[in-house]
Amino acid sequence: MDRRTMATMTTTPVTVLNKDSMLIVKEQDVVPFRNRVKEYATKIGMGLVNQTKLITAASELVRNMLRYGGGGNTLIEVVSKGRENGIRLTFSDKGPGIANIEMAMKDGFTTGKSLGLGLPGTKRLVSEFDIKSKPGEGTTVMIIKWKNG
Amino acid sequence: MEKIPILRMGQFLLVTIQVDLYDRLALNLEADLVQMVSKTGARGVLIDISAVSIVDSFMGRIIGNIANMSKIMDAETVVVGMQPAVAITLIELGLPLTGVHTALDVEKGMELLRNKILVDGPENDGDDDDNASDSAE
Amino acid sequence: MKIEISKMLQKKKKQIIDLWMKNQLADAGLREDLMSNDELRVQSEELVDALLKRLNEENLADIDSSDFDEIYEILGGISITRARQGFSPRETGVYIFSLKDALLEILQQEFKNDATQLYNATIKVGKLIDNFGIVTFETFIKGREEVILRQTDEITEISTPVIRVWDGILALPIIGTLDSARTQVVMENLLQEIVNTGSSIAILDISGVPAVDSLVAQHLIKTVSATRLMGAECIISGIRPEIAQTVVHLGIDLSNIVTKATLASALKYAFSILQLEVRKKQSNSVKI
Repeated sequence: MDRRTMATMTTTPVTVLNKDSMLIVKEQDVVPFRNRVKEYATKIGMGLVNQTKLITAASELVRNMLRYGGGGNTLIEVVSKGRENGIRLTFSDKGPGIANIEMAMKDGFTTGKSLGLGLPGTKRLVSEFDIKSKPGEGTTVMIIKWKNG
Repeated sequence: MEKIPILRMGQFLLVTIQVDLYDRLALNLEADLVQMVSKTGARGVLIDISAVSIVDSFMGRIIGNIANMSKIMDAETVVVGMQPAVAITLIELGLPLTGVHTALDVEKGMELLRNKILVDGPENDGDDDDNASDSAE
Repeated sequence: MKIEISKMLQKKKKQIIDLWMKNQLADAGLREDLMSNDELRVQSEELVDALLKRLNEENLADIDSSDFDEIYEILGGISITRARQGFSPRETGVYIFSLKDALLEILQQEFKNDATQLYNATIKVGKLIDNFGIVTFETFIKGREEVILRQTDEITEISTPVIRVWDGILALPIIGTLDSARTQVVMENLLQEIVNTGSSIAILDISGVPAVDSLVAQHLIKTVSATRLMGAECIISGIRPEIAQTVVHLGIDLSNIVTKATLASALKYAFSILQLEVRKKQSNSVKI
């Protein structure tokens, strides 16, 4: 079994152990969503600081999704890679999308009424961050926080 | 709609946030607090966030706003009881809340407010002292 | 006539074990000091037993077959126990590869008249045993990695003690390099201790930090800012002359942070904030 996981580490990086999804359409959905994320993070034994970072990141992304994408779908997954366990969150909306992702990832950039540290700040809080967007089709953001990351 | 209660204690206003904040609730708090400062002529605002487990950039901004708005209405704001995990997260997020005074707990926060008002008090006009104490932080 | 290799080997089990044992006992590198010959035989029999039980014509050519999971487990066990007993990885490797010699010898006897079949069988068996060897090495390295990881955890744990030097004053001596993982531990420990003790001043002593570059400085600034958010003040002490030089040369701005050259002067400063005074006790005899 040992040899097997080692071999798979290089080919398939992440395995999904458990998943759950939640629809976010209004501001009041945010608190239950945060609680759900917390539940999963607690279940895999994530420490308090990393939990707080993850939930704060989730909170930022959900707000973006509500504000710019008019709400959307969220996916909560328990994933593992090698000996590490973690939580993967995916936020997808069918909003207008982001024309210039590079710009949006710069500290201090904003199109809305905010501080402009949303995306880069969020990236600093998590272990892995991936954003895909097509103008007119929507935006998908994926983050992973490893239990000890 | 939920509301966060604002208590008046002498010259100060005391807000204890016991629920998870969402954006509308935080915005309402901002509006209510500024109204209360004006209505009561309070000299200090103390916000206890010891029960708050998540402060993201929006809520951080609201806290900063409250401090700045109170300031121009001549009231100091102290945020007390921030949890370690929240503090670490805010720093990582890039939000050090530089304009806001902080204290470990309500008691120390009250003391800080009293000192600020004493320094700021009627016997000296306070402008110099105020600047001095700000730059020391 | 085509002979099934696996079936043939199964029939020759006794012979394989005997041959393998003979090879091992004849080897100059035999470690009778670490393992008795009886134990060795038990271990070897178990492995051959498991291997022959699982082996069939299909999985012989497929080293990834899940049929071998049990064997990999046995191999992992052998690798770990041997490492604990003091065998070197090479000795464990030689042990596994000597099984190949035994198997190949049997194949040679069986197929001495059929070169093609001998060749095919040799390739297959060789691949399988090579893979077994790799597994023992992997397990060995993994065991080592676990030890290293545990030690790393322990080092971070013991290298960041938070000391209560006075009522309301904490000190945290940092020894060694401050990377981001360590900063996280330092910050967590410090902030938690601030909550636990209700201390309003923390002194971060960096006398034991070999060098401060812009990254380390950034970590320090982060820690100070987080402490401030909690409502406590953070002083950095132990700024050696070299550190002061590099900080200024690198253009790092520490002007928003209270810095002191020594822990003693930081403590003095902390006393003055808390409006405490430390005085020499006046003895009666030397009254002036």
